Amino acid sequence: MKPAPFDYVRPASLAEVCALLAGDEDARVIAGGQTLVPMLAMRLARPAKLIDILRLPELAGIREEPGAVIVGAATRQAQAERDPVIRASVPMLARVLPWVGHPPTRNRGTIGGSIANADPSAEIPLVAVTLGAGIEVATTQGERSVPADDFFMGAMLTAIGQGECVRAIRFPVWPQQRTGVGFFEISARRSDFAFVAAAAQVALDGEDRCVDVALGVGGVGERPLRLDVSSLKGTKLDAGLLSDAVNAVAVELEPGSDLHASAAYRRRVAVVLCVRALEQARDSAAGKSPAGAR
Amino acid sequence: MKVELRINGAIRAADLEPRKTLLDTLRENFLLNGAHAGCEHGVCGACTVLLDGEPVRSCLMFAVQADGYDITTIEGLAPAPGELGVIQDAFCETHGLQCGYCTPGMILAAHALLQHTHTPTREHIVEAISGNLCRCTGYGQIIEAVQFAAERLRKANTPRAQHGSQHHAQSGHDAPVEGVLEAAEADEPVVEAK
Repeated sequence: MKPAPFDYVRPASLAEVCALLAGDEDARVIAGGQTLVPMLAMRLARPAKLIDILRLPELAGIREEPGAVIVGAATRQAQAERDPVIRASVPMLARVLPWVGHPPTRNRGTIGGSIANADPSAEIPLVAVTLGAGIEVATTQGERSVPADDFFMGAMLTAIGQGECVRAIRFPVWPQQRTGVGFFEISARRSDFAFVAAAAQVALDGEDRCVDVALGVGGVGERPLRLDVSSLKGTKLDAGLLSDAVNAVAVELEPGSDLHASAAYRRRVAVVLCVRALEQARDSAAGKSPAGAR
Repeated sequence: MKVELRINGAIRAADLEPRKTLLDTLRENFLLNGAHAGCEHGVCGACTVLLDGEPVRSCLMFAVQADGYDITTIEGLAPAPGELGVIQDAFCETHGLQCGYCTPGMILAAHALLQHTHTPTREHIVEAISGNLCRCTGYGQIIEAVQFAAERLRKANTPRAQHGSQHHAQSGHDAPVEGVLEAAEADEPVVEAK
């Protein structure tokens, strides 16, 4: 359980990071290291050089813009979990963070690190895909923004190229006052990898009619998926409608089997959790149960 | 690579390979063997230390990343050599340990929790130690230990007349001094706050 030797550098700017990455195929970025260091310890990864980005000021901070909250890639998960802006404006992120690892790993692990790692069952990528976040990527030429849906290409596979580094995640903020979120996941133990996770966000008008809805599911494929349930807009989101809408889109799901859960089990659980997440989001938007983080 | 680390309030310097974890550095270079090497890949929590007061796994960071932080190990929690802190003592009182391998990590996790609140719910405690594995106790006595330590810390911060009036109404100011380490209070049920 000792990593193979590597060089360690801590550049002072993001431009320097991109230049270093562009010039060295065997270099890897390290931020919180909560996934990378175990990989190094088990020698599943043997980079020649680690580029430490955790303290770069360009990657720090949580900023509000009209219609969006921009979370710097090096923001610690624990910091985001406590942040009042995220709690108020991106409640889905606040809601899932207690499910990401354990308190000590959240004290080091970063939002951008989880995005760049792209584990198919991870909660933060699920939120990014469900809400349609933009992943802002620094390149040697400057910057580009990639929609989350295009960013995640497969299991641990992203649109990041050589010489690129995630700079920030732009989470859209819904304007509606009556917005609620729902989240459920099933795992063998609390905070372990989810077999299936489902996240939903619902906005209601004054008569409890749905004006906007987003639904996403993780752990049932190579990457988190956003499910199109826009047919629910304008309805009152009755249980029967939710179930029909979820069943209609669940045919797209292509879950895999592994030693933890079969494909059939994952599919069944995905449908149930999606319906529950929508119900919870609806009730929370209507003020029937406490909104936000636990 | 040369690094300077602030450990338990003192600056310590070492010349290290970048691949050396903070855990191995604490144990081998600075002989702080209270940070235990368990799984060495971030699962067990035996290597927990505090970084600026928050628990982290010292096996999941390299010593070269740890400059500029205030690092606290279990050795830094004892008030003096040979003495126990409130939480350490509570673990002894409630049999919160058997083999002791997980204990430094458990105590540091509990310490961080009790820095934030003296009235943790059982749920708070379970969450705080959720990243620390114990194969002896079944966790029950560890939770009791943290509740007991919280109780003592609460009492330590209450003016004597105030809680004297609750527990020893007749004796008033002549009530026995309820010291921080008064074990007899342990038998009272711990009241959980919201």
